[in-house]
Amino acid sequence: MVAPGSRVLDIGCGDGALLAYLASEKNVDGRGMELSQAGVNACVRSGLSVIQGDADNDLPTYPAGAFDYAILSQTLQATRQPRQVLESLTRIARRAIVSVPNFGYWRVRLGLLATGRMPNSSLLAHSWYDTPNIHLCTIRDFLGLARDLGLVVEQAQMLDRDGQPWRFRADSGAANWLAEQGVFLLRQAD
Amino acid sequence: MSLSEPIRRANEAAAGQILVVDAPLTLESGAVLASYRVAYQTYGQLNAAKSNAILVCHALTGDQFVADTHPITGKPGWWTTLIGPGLLIDTERYFVICSNVLGGCLGTTGPKEINPATGQPWGLDFPVITIGDMVAAQVKLIDHLGIEQLFCAIGGSMGGMQVLKWATEHPDRVFAAVPIATASRHSAQNIAFHEVGRQAIMADPDWSGGNYFLEDKRPERGLAVARMAAHITYLSEVALHRKFGRNLQDRKAISYGFEADFQVESYLRHQGASFVERFDANSYLYITRATDYFDLAAEHGGRLAEAFRGTPVRYCVISFTSDWLYPTSESRVIVHALNAVAGNVSFVEIETDAGHDAFLLEEPEFFATLKGFIEGCARHRGLI
Repeated sequence: MVAPGSRVLDIGCGDGALLAYLASEKNVDGRGMELSQAGVNACVRSGLSVIQGDADNDLPTYPAGAFDYAILSQTLQATRQPRQVLESLTRIARRAIVSVPNFGYWRVRLGLLATGRMPNSSLLAHSWYDTPNIHLCTIRDFLGLARDLGLVVEQAQMLDRDGQPWRFRADSGAANWLAEQGVFLLRQAD
Repeated sequence: MSLSEPIRRANEAAAGQILVVDAPLTLESGAVLASYRVAYQTYGQLNAAKSNAILVCHALTGDQFVADTHPITGKPGWWTTLIGPGLLIDTERYFVICSNVLGGCLGTTGPKEINPATGQPWGLDFPVITIGDMVAAQVKLIDHLGIEQLFCAIGGSMGGMQVLKWATEHPDRVFAAVPIATASRHSAQNIAFHEVGRQAIMADPDWSGGNYFLEDKRPERGLAVARMAAHITYLSEVALHRKFGRNLQDRKAISYGFEADFQVESYLRHQGASFVERFDANSYLYITRATDYFDLAAEHGGRLAEAFRGTPVRYCVISFTSDWLYPTSESRVIVHALNAVAGNVSFVEIETDAGHDAFLLEEPEFFATLKGFIEGCARHRGLI
């Protein structure tokens, strides 16, 4: 989804693996943001430009259109204000790439139905009392928020349990049942 | 001839290399220094392309002896853990420059030096200088060395302020900037602590209105108290407690008097006493004033981001968790201003209980971050 030579902000960049890949393979001018000191240190150590910060507090400090792409991978559900974060992402970058775990995934639904306990899957591998994931949503919920914010979904890719792409349309009922996560390419309407 | 004259001459002899600038320097206050000297040390060799120079900016009471033995104290330089052959800032690869700041007391023109107009030490006739003036004097040194662009400007505390000034005033002359444990302006608390130090000096009768050299005196008690108060701000409460607790000094019980019963008292007295041997009281007044006046946003219409607009400089901002003198929030102000202009910035807050002084210590995470940043920049600059 990322064009070569573009300016990219990776929010929640971890140890910088994606940024390093984009820099070396796609000649991207990459910046990162990461909450953990260990992650930031690993990034800066490997020569990446990364700041210690979080999406809720630090995204608003960037100007509009500062980047070509802002990437938020599996992090939106852990922010305090997902709506504002999504707005910020599409303001500071011409396009936002956002991936979210699907709480409507059949295993999640079945897990809750069958065991009566909070779902615990590979993407949501925390107990209810220590999870950073405080704003979970389904694919349908996410598309609803994007619509409310007037965002254009340019691409949507549903992924199965092994991270392999499904052919379902994002707005189909099947996707909301069968995709474990969705990856979206979003932009503000013209 | 006063008794202090030999001391001054000894200091001059010890000051290392000296650049004499026989051209006037108009200071930010509007005052003019007709001529001035910059004392400096260099380490390593400047390469043919003159692209491997690293300027190290020293802190309030630091000096140019960053990586070799101090001529007065005989102690190792203040960043010998960082700078040297084969070290993180490898002097076999980089040309390292460190100069005594304007207003300082180790060879660069300051209140202790002779005022050419009177033939006497400047004392309080020395004009008030700013961080910008310090940088202006350094610029002349870098010009003199024939360096168009510094590969890196790095410094902690007041050194970080000079780095910020360099990188914002001369963005094309600094490839990478590393402001450490610093701020874009002095807070009320910073100014307050400095004022305590200045008042301690000026309350010492031996200060003599700043003319102590003429009277063969030195306000050692006042300067020592200033240092003691300041030293507390360089350490964290946790570190102070771990190091000293309520331990008693060379005694088994409290003395019911005002001797240094506690180790922490003895330690501070020692810090004060050793400081006065190497530092000039008037210099302390002038340099603390320069940092108090520092306010990068005010110089750019009140918006710090304007200082960085369009900057090509790669920044690495570093703060320390237990630094309450220049807390992380101050570094975040700088980072957010750089974000606001989409500047190229890395930022790390290093976990440590060493307080403000952490930037002078060999903190593994700090060094690892610095190493990564400098190596990354060196690759971009084509130095490795």
